[in-house]
Amino acid sequence: MTDTTPAVAMQGVNAWFGATHVLRAIDLTVAPAETLVICGPSGSGKSTLIRAVNGLVAHQSGTIRVAGLALDGSAEATDAVRARVGMVFQAFNLFPHLTVLENCTLAPLHVRRLGLKAARELALGHLDRVGLADKADSAPAELSGGQQQRVAIARALCLEPQVMLFDEPTSALDPEMVGEVLDVLTDLASGGTTLLCVTHEMGFARAVADRVVFMDEGQIVEIAPPEDFFDRPRHPRTQGFLSRILG
Amino acid sequence: MSLETEGYVRKTLIPPAPPPRRLGGPLAWVRTNLFPDLANGLVTLAILASLAWLVPEALRFLVLDAVWTGTSGEACRPEVVGHPVGACWAFIGEKINYLAYGSYPAAERWRPNLFFALLGLGVAWMLWLDAPKRAWGAAYLFLVFPVLAYALLAGMPALGLASVATGLWGGLLVTVVVSMVGIVASLPLGILLALGRRSDWPVVRYACIGFIEFWRGVPLITVLFMANVMLPLFLPGDLTVDRLVRPLVGIALFASAYMAEVVRGGLQAIPPGQMRAALALGLTPLQATRAVVLPQALKIVVPGIVNTLIGLFKDTTLVSIVGIADFIRVLEAARADPRWSAPAVPVTAYAFAALFYFAVCFSMARYAGFIERRLAAGDAR
Repeated sequence: MTDTTPAVAMQGVNAWFGATHVLRAIDLTVAPAETLVICGPSGSGKSTLIRAVNGLVAHQSGTIRVAGLALDGSAEATDAVRARVGMVFQAFNLFPHLTVLENCTLAPLHVRRLGLKAARELALGHLDRVGLADKADSAPAELSGGQQQRVAIARALCLEPQVMLFDEPTSALDPEMVGEVLDVLTDLASGGTTLLCVTHEMGFARAVADRVVFMDEGQIVEIAPPEDFFDRPRHPRTQGFLSRILG
Repeated sequence: MSLETEGYVRKTLIPPAPPPRRLGGPLAWVRTNLFPDLANGLVTLAILASLAWLVPEALRFLVLDAVWTGTSGEACRPEVVGHPVGACWAFIGEKINYLAYGSYPAAERWRPNLFFALLGLGVAWMLWLDAPKRAWGAAYLFLVFPVLAYALLAGMPALGLASVATGLWGGLLVTVVVSMVGIVASLPLGILLALGRRSDWPVVRYACIGFIEFWRGVPLITVLFMANVMLPLFLPGDLTVDRLVRPLVGIALFASAYMAEVVRGGLQAIPPGQMRAALALGLTPLQATRAVVLPQALKIVVPGIVNTLIGLFKDTTLVSIVGIADFIRVLEAARADPRWSAPAVPVTAYAFAALFYFAVCFSMARYAGFIERRLAAGDAR
């Protein structure tokens, strides 16, 4: 595998929830180390799109490849892709019955089959990266929302993933905690991690994204570098969306 | 209005102050808790009155007028004793071995005793939450102990333990064996059924629904009659299943159906995001269920599980109807002893049974309460 293999390659991807056509003919290629911000009105399919990348949402047609590995619907391929893709959720989804450290060592122990000592070292390293090594033995419920989300990021990083997916990572946070999470994201983006981030933080998108994807009604409407996207949006729907959220 | 137009800036911050002391004293407590108003006061008085009648009555029966020594029913007759007679504890004292072991041969009774001790060890290991190596305790109780118990009680001639037919087992021993088999089998089976009922695979799902609804839909007593009366008619003549094992299987399957529904309640309470997050970490569905979903679900349903276990423990008395010599049945047999014919004896027997079952069930409930408080404290951390 060479550097030219896209981190994520989606071609003609369609998905339905029952009779609802939630992803329509998605073509999207993400280069390694690229930072992609996905935005759009609610119900536009942004979360569905990134969940399709690690198989949490099944697609009915088209191909999805993650670092060259095709998601063909088999359990083996799905497990292999998920082991290479980290994901962070809007609602943190930390495991409340485990400590912060145990949350982080779960995947290294069960998926990567590291020894206990190696898994703990790895987890402490990533917790340190998000500034929470001193909270390793706390329960998730003892942490603030921002801290919980940073633990969730560290937990995903413990997979040493090739791609990180963020599903509105700051939407459930109090305003004063948004900054600490965005700082971690910015740090990841500049550190060479491939990043797909669904977010409404337009300031972050402008500053950090390599490209911005705008979705509406299950389809990609516009893809552009942030300066073009925000200053010279081309599609009328993009223009309408931006004028609504930026005032 | 002037305040609003001029704005307001606080000049000094208010430091925290201790809360006002409640109007204390026992009198205030009585007033707020027992007689806050007329209706509550009347209820309090009614309850106090019934306690004033009930407690001395129970005390008289159980202790003051009870007969503690004697060798036959004569000792428990009011005309012989010369005063009204309460419980005839002398009867229980003489029959205690029979109540504990049934007709288990007297020379071999060290075996049930050892069985009780080994069981006590396993149960204590599991119930004491800070005990060392609890995983080993679980392995011991659920895997090693059943084999040991069977070898010990039924006998293993190869080891020099003479066989003891299950027909001779009785009393407390049988009640404990039936309940423990029910508990040890129904918990894992119930968890599997609950998971199966939520499976994405329709065949598994409908099979589990069918199993659960069938066993919940039939009365336990018909299950027991079916097991002990009908089953032998359907089996080929030379194939026999032990008379004790048949109702055991029935009870285990019956209890597992109830357990499955309790566990399913817990599984449904876990937000789907937990499973999603576990899968996103690369765990297989099985690993995610075992490490993330089940521990949380079981924690929630501790009260329901204990409730089911208490029900199961009391339901085991039904085996006496199909001829298994459980605690209730040996008690019945003992009180029919003509040597102990006295009006006080049957009452004593039933009072003893009630106290025994109450003590066991109440302990389970208290333990569950302790677990709940501890788990709640863990959540509040």
